[in-house]
Amino acid sequence: MADVKKVEKKKYSRMDFTSDQSVRWCPGCGDYAILAQTQKVFPELGIDRENIVFISGIGCSSRFPYYMNTYGFHTIHGRAAAIASGVKIANPELSVWVVTGDGDGLSIGGNHTIHLLRRNININVMLFNNRIYGLTKGQYSPTSEVGKITKSTPFGSLDRPFNPLTLAMGAQATFVARSIDRDTKHMQAMIERSHKHKGTSFLEIYQNCLIFNDGAFASMTNKESKADNVIRLEHGQPMLFGKENKKGIKFNDNIPEIIEIGDKYSIDDVLIHNEQDYVIASMLANFTYLDIFPDPVGVLYAIDVPSYDEHVVQQIDEAIGHHGTGSIKELLNSGNTWIVE
Amino acid sequence: MEKTLKNVENVIIRFAGDSGDGMQLTGGRFTETTAIVGNDLSTLPDYPAEIRAPAGSLAGVSAFQIHFSSKDIHTPGDKVDVLVAMNPAALKVHLVELEHSGMLICNTASFTKKNLTYAGYESNPLENGALEDYYNVFAIDMSKIVTEACSDMELPSKTVERTKNLFALGLLFWIFDRSTETTKDWLRKKFAKRPELIEANVRALDAGYNYGETTEIFTTRFMVEKADLPPGTYRNIIGNYAVSLGLVAAAEKSNLPLFYGGYPITPASEILHTLSSLKHHNVKTFQAEDEIAGMASIIGAAFAGNLAVTASSGPGISLKSEALGLAVMAELPMVIVNVQRGGPSTGLPTKTEQSDLFQALYGRNGEAPIPVIASATPGDCFYTAYEACRIAIKYMTPVIVLTDGYLANGSEPWPIPSMDELETIEVKFADTSSLVDGQFMPYLRDKKTLARPWAVPGTTGLEHRIGGLEKEDVTGNVSHDPENHHQMTLTREQKLNNIVNEIPPTDIYGSPSGELLILSWGGTKGSCRTAVEDLQAEGRSVSHIHLRWLNPLPKDLGEILIRYKHILIPEINMGQLSKIIRAEYLVDAQGLNLVKGKPISKGRIIKKVNEMLES
Ligand code: SF4
Repeated sequence: MADVKKVEKKKYSRMDFTSDQSVRWCPGCGDYAILAQTQKVFPELGIDRENIVFISGIGCSSRFPYYMNTYGFHTIHGRAAAIASGVKIANPELSVWVVTGDGDGLSIGGNHTIHLLRRNININVMLFNNRIYGLTKGQYSPTSEVGKITKSTPFGSLDRPFNPLTLAMGAQATFVARSIDRDTKHMQAMIERSHKHKGTSFLEIYQNCLIFNDGAFASMTNKESKADNVIRLEHGQPMLFGKENKKGIKFNDNIPEIIEIGDKYSIDDVLIHNEQDYVIASMLANFTYLDIFPDPVGVLYAIDVPSYDEHVVQQIDEAIGHHGTGSIKELLNSGNTWIVE
Repeated sequence: MEKTLKNVENVIIRFAGDSGDGMQLTGGRFTETTAIVGNDLSTLPDYPAEIRAPAGSLAGVSAFQIHFSSKDIHTPGDKVDVLVAMNPAALKVHLVELEHSGMLICNTASFTKKNLTYAGYESNPLENGALEDYYNVFAIDMSKIVTEACSDMELPSKTVERTKNLFALGLLFWIFDRSTETTKDWLRKKFAKRPELIEANVRALDAGYNYGETTEIFTTRFMVEKADLPPGTYRNIIGNYAVSLGLVAAAEKSNLPLFYGGYPITPASEILHTLSSLKHHNVKTFQAEDEIAGMASIIGAAFAGNLAVTASSGPGISLKSEALGLAVMAELPMVIVNVQRGGPSTGLPTKTEQSDLFQALYGRNGEAPIPVIASATPGDCFYTAYEACRIAIKYMTPVIVLTDGYLANGSEPWPIPSMDELETIEVKFADTSSLVDGQFMPYLRDKKTLARPWAVPGTTGLEHRIGGLEKEDVTGNVSHDPENHHQMTLTREQKLNNIVNEIPPTDIYGSPSGELLILSWGGTKGSCRTAVEDLQAEGRSVSHIHLRWLNPLPKDLGEILIRYKHILIPEINMGQLSKIIRAEYLVDAQGLNLVKGKPISKGRIIKKVNEMLES
């Protein structure tokens, strides 16, 4: 039998991903929890630390790379997705992570976000959604609810908010998921799923901004109310929620409705989650701003299609296969040439 | 009938017609053949911004000018000797620039009442005798002749009619005694899948050539001898193509993969097109969602260790400005090519201008110095692009290359460089040997150049964070310390100034001191040099210096400038270099500023010099 050489993967602990920089978010900010879960789960991902790159834009969330002991680049407002695209295409071996926020990724950088998603470059996006501008001290954001009173909207905001999940679905994302800062185990699982997905993974994380928008997601994190307000999705499992999972989602002539498991309905009436079903994912994404429905968390949508960066490599390989490796000397001397004696 | 063959030194031809008449193609083919004949040449395409302006309209006129010679020439020339006007609008727009007694060749078929009115002619100038007194007019029904030539081919009449530009080309090949073979080879390749089109076009080309040979109206042919160019292997080269080759050459020399991220924009798109066809050179091209993303993507690619480049034009560069600042702060190597066009705003997309010099030098927030190099001729675009890459890597900095619409689309015979002649490009990626007490210091600089280390993700032990916030010297940690910021600002400035050591002593064309110095940069070099040659031949005390680096400026420039009584700076802008020179050296530089979307003519420069010398 031939020798099977095992490539030893490096073993890491949480500390290996903790940089020497002191963390500068407001005490109690949801960002701490996200950082902690990331540092906790990264040793499990099996990626060599030197191959990890965190790219961020501007905003509270965008400080994130400074605290991860990996390669990192804290760039400019809104452009993280575009810069990360350059990194990943330049070196597809790297594990590239974009950390962005609702302002950074959906307002000033909205264009880059949707184009990253449609291209399906193998990049992991973590969008911290706190529905407010934190770093600039409390203006409303593109995910703030209508009528929000903030420093820049003393009479209430007029714009209708983006729903990051429907935006991602509309932009042809191949992986769409959501988690909540307080839900530590769930977040770890979502980060791991993001990593495993080939192509762009879009993970929205509800994040509490203690200072400017405290309690934005309280109904989803409070002990009493969270069961009714959050639906935790699992592939192949019925969409149940509520105390003791007594509520479910059912299709009634293609329109979702909430049913109570009991005399009238059984668990068999409940819709089964299918991550590969675009219609189901879109429906779930749309629950977000509909008061009667719970907010979905988990993987809404995940399909397996080739990534952009794979295609880039493939095209180059094909071109080399076809023409041979190009030589500049030949290129310079191509076309009509003549000799002057 | 006997035809006489006359030797001439210089000829300028302008092909003008409707956008749909194939004038750029015709000019391009004439250029290719002329290059092979061995003339020196310079070309100037001039096409409208609209893809298809209304047929027959003045706005839709497209032209291509070629200047060829048995002597060394530097410009596409001013007044033209031969004007081919395929329709009344082309005649209307371009007649003013035809020399008196120049040759005017028109396609009578398109001088219809409708086209004449559209061009603003009340009666047909080919018939009312308005032109004969001044020009040598050849009114030919080209459409009819090509139709006859293809009468047995059962092709749609529109298709046949479209070959009339090949007729005009054939006729000019006859007049200037050059072979039609190269064009025929080209047609065979271009229409390899449509043999009927090869046939029709070849017939039209031959018909034009034979028309000159057999009809009595043409009595004279002209010979332009080979130019006495330095020995070597030559090709004809267009500026945008030369930029692309320069970038690929730098990638090969530095052994780095080339990454191009950009967004289509006139007149820079050909660089994207060319590079996207060179995947087998390990070139990656990324057509981004916008100009900002194009710039952002190359910052990412540079961070990841590729030779990262982008190209755009003024409006696009405006959008890239913020990210350019990040590139300065992050001190990563990359090259940004600005193919300047008429501005401001959308301006004149297809016309040339030099009005982005200030933008290149100062168009960012904060103190954000970026080296700037400008191409002088289409062929020089290769060398400036190459040098920009070399400097970017050596000094870990973004570098801006300024070309312009005229250089980008213009062409000239180009001695093909050998790769061995080009300066080496050394890439030193950081590794663990650069750790200080086990720590990587991303801003610990090279003592001589002040370049910081290039530590690419994937390298074990060098994990580090950079960003757009001001950084502490050496460690690269975020720092708001005022002293540190001051120091870092000075350091970034000093790093740029160190590049001055890469600039050779300034080459003065003419006497090292005297009455008047013409100082030029970018695409105006040719006009300035030609004007100075003429003035010197008249015995005038006029010298010429052409600047290749605009930032930093050459070390010796200040001491040279004060040796002349007058300094003239012709520019296609409102005096941007003039202002810099005045500010830097406190000399009384005068401008010649014409912003007309085309190169400044030698005639205007000579006139200005004479005015200055007489005053
Ligand atoms: S402002 Fe809000 S989001 Fe920003 S750090 Fe403070 S709590 Fe966190």
